[in-house]
Amino acid sequence: MKKCYINGMGCVSAQDTYETSFLESVVINTTENIIYAIQPSYKELIPPAAARRMAKGVKMGLAASTKALKEANVEVPDAIITGTGMGCIEDSEKFLRALLDNNEEYLTPTNFIQSTHNTVGGQIALGLGCKGYNFTYVNGAISFESALLDAKLQLENEEENSILVGAADETSSHTMELFKLINIIKKESDQPYSVLGSNSTGVIYSEGATFVALENIHKDSSYAVLEALQIQNELKVEEVESFITAFLNKNNLKLEDIDAVVFGNNGDVTFDTYYSEASSLFNQIPQIYYKHLSGEFNTASAFGFWVAASIIKSQIIPQSIKMNAIEKNTFSKVLLYNQYQGKDQSLVLLSKC
Amino acid sequence: MKVAITGMGIISSIGTTVEENFHSLVSLKTGLSTISNIETIHKDIIKVGEIKQTNEQLAAQLNLPQDNNFSRTALLGAIAAKQAVEDANITDINEYKSGLISATSVGGMDMTEKYFYDYFENEACQKYITSHDIGDNSQKIANCIGLKGLVTTISTACSSAANAIMLGARLIESGELDRVVVGGTDALAKFTINGFKTLMILSDDYNAPFDNNRKGLNLGEAAAFLVLESDAIVKKHNKKVLAYVAGFGNANDAFHQTASSENGDGAFLAMNKAFKMAKIQPSEIDYINAHGTATPNNDLSEGRAIIRIFGDNVPDFSSTKPFTGHTLAAAAGIEAVYSVLALQNNVVYPNLNFKTNMEEFNLTPQLTLKEKEINHVLSNSFGFGGNCSTLIFSKN
Repeated sequence: MKKCYINGMGCVSAQDTYETSFLESVVINTTENIIYAIQPSYKELIPPAAARRMAKGVKMGLAASTKALKEANVEVPDAIITGTGMGCIEDSEKFLRALLDNNEEYLTPTNFIQSTHNTVGGQIALGLGCKGYNFTYVNGAISFESALLDAKLQLENEEENSILVGAADETSSHTMELFKLINIIKKESDQPYSVLGSNSTGVIYSEGATFVALENIHKDSSYAVLEALQIQNELKVEEVESFITAFLNKNNLKLEDIDAVVFGNNGDVTFDTYYSEASSLFNQIPQIYYKHLSGEFNTASAFGFWVAASIIKSQIIPQSIKMNAIEKNTFSKVLLYNQYQGKDQSLVLLSKC
Repeated sequence: MKVAITGMGIISSIGTTVEENFHSLVSLKTGLSTISNIETIHKDIIKVGEIKQTNEQLAAQLNLPQDNNFSRTALLGAIAAKQAVEDANITDINEYKSGLISATSVGGMDMTEKYFYDYFENEACQKYITSHDIGDNSQKIANCIGLKGLVTTISTACSSAANAIMLGARLIESGELDRVVVGGTDALAKFTINGFKTLMILSDDYNAPFDNNRKGLNLGEAAAFLVLESDAIVKKHNKKVLAYVAGFGNANDAFHQTASSENGDGAFLAMNKAFKMAKIQPSEIDYINAHGTATPNNDLSEGRAIIRIFGDNVPDFSSTKPFTGHTLAAAAGIEAVYSVLALQNNVVYPNLNFKTNMEEFNLTPQLTLKEKEINHVLSNSFGFGGNCSTLIFSKN
């Protein structure tokens, strides 16, 4: 069985992650309950006329995927697998608003056409002329992990040799207002916001796109190996320990074999208890968090994946993402744990090439 | 590839059980009618494949509490998934490594479009805000069948359920799962009715796939799920196998966001891949359940792709969309059920409403109910974003 190598990555996020090296400068937000992705310059990537019509999610996806393929030196991948939680939500809203406001009259198809969840994957395929396998997973916080699982199975058994895998999610005004209404998004009065030591419910919402070029051969550009992953629809807090140990057992590993762990803490006091539970298993190794930089959204865990792979490649943990003071010299195996409100639980294991 | 199908469940406009659906198909009974559950200005103009039960009636079937926040998509999906699990004689779904792979395009859009502005005025309806989410719909279906495990959803427009079946088969084949419930669900919504209306591909008549004078599609709503199980489970429990997933193929047309290429490149590639995986020849296919939406573009593109694959020996083919309407993300799910029923009962369903051959080629679908030995069925599904999917189902 072949291995699944991460050979290139591209990340568009609320931080300046697209043009710069690994988290060299970060901005810590304490005052905004929605943070927006820093948009790269699309001039070289997309003709201006097309860019104006294109949804933000599609543009971010195109930018991230272009960078991932370039780094891996892949022109056209064999397959494209995308994860998104809400798809092109802005186009959905625009079409729905027009429909409701004009009593189903005077509608134009553009927003409807772009509203399907597989628009990002479809547009990337169209741009690359990639006629291969093309899937889009839409399942909350494990949308990206579902795409990873599918790609991993196909690369390991050599059904395909190079697969572009990624995630994209955009914010949109109406949905953000609805999320504020039911406290998915933190209240203004919860300021100053912080992910660690938070005592409020809800999250800081955001958006972004991360794409990775996965291949079953090692290259100079390789970041890490996608070793294993597991998805589970729901868990009780008291089941977290057995979920993690069973996953490690299945992969012939012990807790001590893990060099660093990346947690998806999002500052929601009700559900970060899942990470507290997991953290007690790993109190001898560096612990990392990232959603204070990326914000929370359905595919924020792809930012975490980008962080973990970058740590393995650089063998450095930037100060801004450290949860504890424990140091370690080498990082061979890094474990990611993410969940949202107890649901959509995932474990992803990366290892040094 | 050979992955066993051990259970099926379905709810559509032509029946609320597998038996009812089959009965409608063989007695040529269409489910297309005037819309009654949705308030829309198009209600007197269009015909749809609507399930004539209200959300309250569907929720009662599932014994849901009064204050539930199920979208119609989740209600339909839960009913079909429960049927499938019962049909497979599963008593403890978590006895083995199990999963649910669902598919939907609208998710909870039916509730979002109802309460879009009301949410800000009326606290009582706010429970539906989180029901919009596609993953939330699948999670509810998983809860209704008591499943704890891998739950995910595919949304590739009108090919979604085919892709859910593919992933499920892959997960069984690789040993990642022992048992997986796969399929799709989509409820009718004003959103999709108006979307297809603006694309001018909604027929004001009964859809007539592969007819020269076809005027477009009728929308429908449905849900269907299959249970796939490993050989080990089948052997151990001496399970009845309904049919096998023998091969699949997925390709992208990479031509246009919504239109198919004129020569059906994506469809051709998808069918080719499926044959390679199934290790059978096109000549062994006894029946094609076509995508056949009756839009000018689809039927031309699919017809050309079929000719490219089968040459002069195109097997019996039909589209069942004149019965059910185009049920979007659920279409490949209900058509998988119909394909398995074709294998079990050795029948080819007629392509209703066909009168005149298309001028571009000489393809005539099967026009009457035909009984013959059927060993392999090929089912096509295509969607926006260039997504093309083919499944091959086999008797043995």
